[in-house]
Amino acid sequence: MASGIKDKVAILGMGCSRFGERWDASPEDLMVEAYTEALADAGIEPAQIGAAWFSTHMDDVGTGRGGTPLAIALRLPDIGVTRVENFCAGGSEAIRAAVYAVAAGACDIALAVGVEKLKDTGYGGLPVASPGTLLPQWYPNAVAPANFAQLASAYRRKHGIDAGLLKRAMAHVSVKSHANGAKNPKAHLQKPITEAQVLKAPIVAEPLGLFDCCGVSDGAAAVIVTTPDIARALGKRDLVTFKALQVVTSNGWEFQGSSWDGSYVHTTRIAARRAYAEAGVERPREQIHLTEVHDCFSITELVTMEDLGLSDDGGAVRDVLDGAFDAEGRNPCQIDGGLKCFGHPIGASGIRMLYELYLQLQGRAGARQLGEPTLGLIHNLGGQPSQNVCALAIVGHQGA
Amino acid sequence: MSSSFGIVGYGAYVPRLRLARAAVVAANRWYAPGLAGKAQGTRSMANWDEDPITMAVAAARDALGPTADRSAIRTLMLASTTLPFAVRLNAGVVAAALTLEESIEAIDIAGSQRAALSAVMDGLARVKSGVGEVLVLAADARKTRAASTQELDYGDGAAALRLGSQGVIAEIVGHGAVSVDFVDHFRQSGEDIDYAWEERWVRDEGVARLVPQAIGAALAQAGVAAAQIDHFIFPTSFAKMESQLAKACGIRESAVVDGLVDRIGETGVPHALLLLLAEVLARAEPGQHVLVSQFGSGAQALLLRVTDKVRDFRPQRGVAGWLARGVEERSYTKFLSFKRQLRLERGMRSEQDRKTALSTAWRHHRALLGLVAGRCRETGSVVFPPSRLSIDPGAPRLDTQEPHPLADRAARVLSWSAEYLSFNMSPPHHYGQIDFEGGGRILMDFTDLDVGEVDSGTAMEMVFRIKDFDELRSFTRYFWKATPARGEAAPQPQE
Repeated sequence: MASGIKDKVAILGMGCSRFGERWDASPEDLMVEAYTEALADAGIEPAQIGAAWFSTHMDDVGTGRGGTPLAIALRLPDIGVTRVENFCAGGSEAIRAAVYAVAAGACDIALAVGVEKLKDTGYGGLPVASPGTLLPQWYPNAVAPANFAQLASAYRRKHGIDAGLLKRAMAHVSVKSHANGAKNPKAHLQKPITEAQVLKAPIVAEPLGLFDCCGVSDGAAAVIVTTPDIARALGKRDLVTFKALQVVTSNGWEFQGSSWDGSYVHTTRIAARRAYAEAGVERPREQIHLTEVHDCFSITELVTMEDLGLSDDGGAVRDVLDGAFDAEGRNPCQIDGGLKCFGHPIGASGIRMLYELYLQLQGRAGARQLGEPTLGLIHNLGGQPSQNVCALAIVGHQGA
Repeated sequence: MSSSFGIVGYGAYVPRLRLARAAVVAANRWYAPGLAGKAQGTRSMANWDEDPITMAVAAARDALGPTADRSAIRTLMLASTTLPFAVRLNAGVVAAALTLEESIEAIDIAGSQRAALSAVMDGLARVKSGVGEVLVLAADARKTRAASTQELDYGDGAAALRLGSQGVIAEIVGHGAVSVDFVDHFRQSGEDIDYAWEERWVRDEGVARLVPQAIGAALAQAGVAAAQIDHFIFPTSFAKMESQLAKACGIRESAVVDGLVDRIGETGVPHALLLLLAEVLARAEPGQHVLVSQFGSGAQALLLRVTDKVRDFRPQRGVAGWLARGVEERSYTKFLSFKRQLRLERGMRSEQDRKTALSTAWRHHRALLGLVAGRCRETGSVVFPPSRLSIDPGAPRLDTQEPHPLADRAARVLSWSAEYLSFNMSPPHHYGQIDFEGGGRILMDFTDLDVGEVDSGTAMEMVFRIKDFDELRSFTRYFWKATPARGEAAPQPQE
């Protein structure tokens, strides 16, 4: 019987670049920006790093394949560097690999870095990816907003929710994230918006308008992990440790079968159940103080609240409109602005989520600090609602 | 001629879009004010994802209905002057889409406006030889010069005739042909658009002299007098030409069949001999004689006698059904863009390579062209594309899947969106997850619809369409799309 990851690995240091349209920075520059901050935060020398994992998703934009882009950019000291890729959940995979390596005793200190350079394509939205040979022969030339927008049509039908009401709740999700992002100097989008602005924005993919979609950003994030004993030996206090790490990957049941109703994310529900068990969380609405979820689109965040058990099925619309996930609400969500405003450099996003929880748990989040939280949850989703990779992590103070 | 051979089924297809001629005339008034007299009515207009192959499939499905067993069809003939491929059997694509047996004969027939009639005569000979039933398909989607009379006169469409010896609804009792090199119009290989000679010469020296010869031969062969003709079909875009011919041949004026030119235009190869024939058969009475004639590199005429079984057959929609489905289109730039004569700004997203891996296409050809899923013989689970392992949760079965066609199954939208981000010839780009009755789910493109027309739960049906153009290598790839199963005569589910 697996004993789980709870309290076996601690965060030694973290760094995160400024996110946004970084016309000034190459992917290498972004990696260096995140890494140097993490290294300084950890208070170690590069030679102390035993292994590294590197997350980047888009082959087509030029960061490069394999582990070499990271090793070269950071001039790492002749260690193994492995590239991981799992759609938008790649950052969480890099974390998982580094954490497991430390937990296994394969190395004392491990590094995980995620980076994405999206703004060198010449057009808005995500880069057009190479689809392979079979898929383009039948599958629509689909884009992310329309893949996620489909949640809305199925959700409305399942719960009998008026299109206008759902649109308003979705707008509230974005208004909340913009209010949070305005307090984050590293965020891509730092301007508050109004519900009226959201509702009148041009449609990108029915029913999602411009403000229902997250930023397409350049950025990098880095985390250095070790065992709690080594962290303390290096002088660290108030350790933030991993309580749960779960990944669930679709096997076609949703996409090809006939049972899934399209209104929720199946993998998230399974991953949440396992993560709560691994972390010993029995009452998430009371015990999880804040969440960073994969709010690639407003509708995704809304249904994720139900998938995580933070709202009842069909109840997220009401909870969102009641402010349950606002900064001052029951379970603050995206306190750093989330994908929506901090930005979504794909390979980095899972690590960026961890970065915010790490700062919040250590009381270092500045203007957006939420009291004294002790437990936070990361939900990092790659792919699309119908077939995806869901990575969940729970982190908190050691002993929490 | 034997009386036990002839037409046993028929079908048609007319694209949903109907271009208002007034819109074309108005857009070109500055340049071609002489077209003002043609500003009436509409012409049929293929959607961007339709071509003679896809329209032929639609007409065939109209004729065959949602039957899984099409093994009686032993020959497929596809007649058109606008076949998409010069090399690659166009009829082979159609046969695969229809899931016909792989052991059939499939033939492309081209070269003249009467290619469809030639195919019918050839097909009849095959039926008589005892090889089995023949499916004759005809389709055209002709390109014309902007601001030309042809642009206004022509239309796009397709028709299907099933020839056999069981359940004959119309016997073919006479036939006449004139094959001469009378060049009223031509198109050299590699060219897009026909070049036509003076209309008055074509009318007086061509149609008026050659067509009566073919008609006379057909009547003589059957021993039927011109006055006995109940329905006379001669498709033309020349005003009153059919009446003039009827008079010259001694056919009653009341027998002249309206050419539907006001509503759908003259559709070329299918129009002359099949589209109109399909319409006439829908209302003809047993014992009536139908004379079908066509002009092109000579002339051809077929004489049919309707049998008492004519009421035993009904196409899925028929010409009347397709006519009723039309929606008026007033955008001339949309027409030009769909005909690929006006290149609109597409954005950088359109620069994606659309190369088709032909080895991959062949490996999956039944799934891709026939929309055939795999059904686990043990659990009944259906999966598309088929796979070696079934999708049964926790206990996938190995190598248990059997072919399971989805194209004619009832289907519904599970979820959908319509987006303005990706390049699409007809934005917004609509797609969503479709659930099939009996199992199976596919995320697929939608076509022929407007935003707001579908939602989760809407009944849909499958249509075979162009998936993509590879402009770099000039290759069209095809797949199936979902379109709303609009009220009238929606196909019935199998079983």
